[in-house]
Amino acid sequence: MKTIDQNPTLPFLSDETPFYYRAFIPGIWNTEIEVRDFIQKNYTPYDGDSSFLNGPTDTTKLLWQQVLNLMIKEQKEGVLDADNELVSSIVSHGPGYIDEELERVVGLQTDAPLKRSMMPFGGIRMARKALESHGFDFSEKTQEAFDAIRKTHNDGVFDAYTAEIRNCRSSGIITGLPDAYARGRIIGDYRRVALYGLDRLLEDKIEQLDSLEIHNLDEETIRLREELNEQIRSLEELKQMATSYGFDISEPAKNATEAVQWLYFGYLAAVKEQNGAAMSFGRVSTFLDIYIERDLEEGTLSEAEAQELIDHLVMKLRMVRFMRPPEYDELFSGDPTWVTEVIGGMGLDGRSMVSKTSFRFLQTLHNLGPAPEPNLTVLWSENLPDGFKQFCVDTSIETSSLQYENDDLMRGYWGDDYGIACCVSAMKIGKQMQFFGARANLAKTLLYAINGGKDEISGEQIGPEFAPITGDKLTYEELMPKFDGMMEWLAATYMNALNVIHFMHDKYYYERLEMALHDRDVFRTMACGIAGLSVVADSLSACKFADVRIIRDERGLATDFETTGDFPVFGNDDDRVDTIARDLVKTFMSKLKKQPSYRNSVPTQSLLTITSNVVYGNKTGNTPDGRKKGEPFGPGANPMHGRDKNGAVASMRSVAKLPYEYAQDGISYTFSIVPGALGRTEEDRVENMVNLLDGYFNEGGHHINVNVFNKETLVDAMEHPEKYPQLTIRVSGYAVNFNKLTKEQQMDVITRTFHESN
Amino acid sequence: MENVTGYLHSVETAGTLDGPGVRRVLFLNGCPLKCVYCHNPDTRRYKGGLQTDAYTELRGIAKQKDMLISMKGGVTLSGGEPLWQPEFVKTIFEGSKMMGLHTALDTSGFLGKKADDELLSLTDLVLLDIKHFDPEGYKRVTGVDLQPTLDFAERLAEMKIPVWLRFVLVPGYTDNMEAISKMADFARRLGNVERVEVLPFHKMGEYKWEALEMDYELFDIQEPTPELVAMTKNKFEDQGMLVY
Repeated sequence: MKTIDQNPTLPFLSDETPFYYRAFIPGIWNTEIEVRDFIQKNYTPYDGDSSFLNGPTDTTKLLWQQVLNLMIKEQKEGVLDADNELVSSIVSHGPGYIDEELERVVGLQTDAPLKRSMMPFGGIRMARKALESHGFDFSEKTQEAFDAIRKTHNDGVFDAYTAEIRNCRSSGIITGLPDAYARGRIIGDYRRVALYGLDRLLEDKIEQLDSLEIHNLDEETIRLREELNEQIRSLEELKQMATSYGFDISEPAKNATEAVQWLYFGYLAAVKEQNGAAMSFGRVSTFLDIYIERDLEEGTLSEAEAQELIDHLVMKLRMVRFMRPPEYDELFSGDPTWVTEVIGGMGLDGRSMVSKTSFRFLQTLHNLGPAPEPNLTVLWSENLPDGFKQFCVDTSIETSSLQYENDDLMRGYWGDDYGIACCVSAMKIGKQMQFFGARANLAKTLLYAINGGKDEISGEQIGPEFAPITGDKLTYEELMPKFDGMMEWLAATYMNALNVIHFMHDKYYYERLEMALHDRDVFRTMACGIAGLSVVADSLSACKFADVRIIRDERGLATDFETTGDFPVFGNDDDRVDTIARDLVKTFMSKLKKQPSYRNSVPTQSLLTITSNVVYGNKTGNTPDGRKKGEPFGPGANPMHGRDKNGAVASMRSVAKLPYEYAQDGISYTFSIVPGALGRTEEDRVENMVNLLDGYFNEGGHHINVNVFNKETLVDAMEHPEKYPQLTIRVSGYAVNFNKLTKEQQMDVITRTFHESN
Repeated sequence: MENVTGYLHSVETAGTLDGPGVRRVLFLNGCPLKCVYCHNPDTRRYKGGLQTDAYTELRGIAKQKDMLISMKGGVTLSGGEPLWQPEFVKTIFEGSKMMGLHTALDTSGFLGKKADDELLSLTDLVLLDIKHFDPEGYKRVTGVDLQPTLDFAERLAEMKIPVWLRFVLVPGYTDNMEAISKMADFARRLGNVERVEVLPFHKMGEYKWEALEMDYELFDIQEPTPELVAMTKNKFEDQGMLVY
């Protein structure tokens, strides 16, 4: 009897496979736009160590030196060049190069490296201020054109804002709202460009449009039909942009080099049109690995060339620039773009999603040196292969450029093809988006509750005129119901502001290219946020466990507090106060959920401040926990600086108690440790850091930034920035170049708790 | 198992230097040795520090049990000299073992006799600090006799309890190479020494002496050179020991 091979290559089928899909296992992805299916059917998990990796090639070194020189010049002299008349679009600029001979991946936002484009649709005032503050003239012609014929997002928002919202905005109880700049936080599925090519994607969008040939057009359908046509137009422009660089991307990519280039073109088109607060990259490493593996197998690519390709892609991502005014940098310091790329994680079928290209992405930090962008985010699982865990931690200890998020926690919510927008916001790629909502200042809300809605700094009536607390003693029992009522009011006002913002953003600055790389119907969240959680938790704890006396000023407002006696503070694994923090998160979330939200989005919230904890602190008076007026809040979900006195584990446990189910937009925790506190030898340090991460995430922690360095290094860097051109540190949710922080922010970072050994 | 009183200096919740993994380290108060280079002089006083009890400390450990297990760590009792409070140690260890946690005892061995077999049966690892191998030298550094420590080491070997041997290298006090060689030879013969840690003397504890207004002999002593550290490690490596 003839034996039949059960897994043959079927010769009679292979003819039908187009060249670009050769050797790929077919699936639903062939008939539907389903990148996840393609990845799951074709990727090769890698469970080895980092020994296969290559250093930078000579070409990479030469090219990176050119980029680095430009970056150093930019840091010293300010923005190198900027458009002041031409409004940026996908096709606004001709091709731009760093050094055409050396570049394996091409494409710049403008016609020259680090030259910044002009994107005024978020708000012309902001665009103008940005240019002028960096010493450029704003074209009067452009100004006149906008004044006469083109309204911006910012204009729309202020037409609709109520007086109440405007008051809250200026008092700082709600701050950082994307009402004068682009909201960002939308991740296009840029992989689709490589896998399907533009013709197929266009065909799919036209099909979607046809699906809306319905008899009764309602508002929702009308809007969607208009948006789909905009999406189609943007895809046509993307094709045109690629043509200007000499590439025809109407067909799928045929090899790894093309896959990287196609994908990057998709992303480039997005950052030419949108200067969003966060322009994340998605989850591309294991997707690209499939192409690289195929080329390696066919012998058309070497390991050195594969690494070179990734190095060059990452170089491009490091060069993304937007024109920002100084106020923006005050909120989000260090010129961030949040080109977030997630790496690792586990598949729903239990296989690790770590591939060799996951390693290659991390390797860029060794080959090109530490850098804040792209914002490399490791999706951590207890079950990740040891070799990968060790390489991640090794890289953290050396570069402090990685953040970690709990895949075991998020996989249940978002599956195995989600990315992270900005810092901690998970979303299914190509299927989900969020309306970015900045954050509400809960510490100030607490003071409003005491003062009956009057602002403790200006004295003005901002909140509703509820009865203030009139006694001298501040008790938990009296304060809580008042605080609850004030939070109820804040949630409603906050949501109103966000509804206005996103209504106008869709209308005046729609992300047509990014949305063209999404399904027709996407799941939308309204991503609200809280600032000052640990300040409020500690203040409530003071009222509950110690004696707090109110000190009033001549206006009769409670502006200071005298607290006597001990009280537990957040960050010490003490349930008496940790429960207060946990309940606050849940309470505020439930209040947000009661509000009607734009486009039926689902409200979520984050505990994330990035560096804006400094600005929020600035705008908030003395608080009952002993924090003085103007002092920064703890960043994100962090305990207040220096109050977590029982070591790293206690601090981590307090944070891990905060409930992700009520903060699905992410809980950010920044952790700094001196190398010596991790162990005696390098090996011990790596192992113990892995242990700490396993421990924290098993407790239910969501996110952690890891900084490994000595405080003295930072102090020295403040005095001698020239010695540390690439010093990268992690702050709540992202990494920054330490030299780009303001003095005030640098001090804030230095005073944060460092975990040291006894 | 009964609750007992204990005297505590402090707790480190993420200790990585005293035993495997990430550990909860309890620094107990009180120490009979008067090491010239002591970097925790503030833990010396018997019945000083914070008065607590074993159950309270065990509740603290219990909260972090799952995390300690996932961090491949456990509980370490250090000091001071923990064996000055053997009942407290025993209770903490018994409770820790009930929770499935790894236990480590960081001791000079001078009070080894106070550790009965029951206590040692609850101990997974001993971090044994031998300050000097020459009796004279030992006395000069610590003010007490060496022999009890050696007896304790032999007893641990007999009971097959794993030991990490620690040796603090202080120029001019403990850097006698002959004595170091002898210690290395002794360590090898014991057969239960899994790891040797050579700890170069550091000056980070100096401020504590000043704060306590105590006389500190070592203000002028320098930290050992990398060459001296390497030479010392070699002595142990020559005996086939795993040295850190």
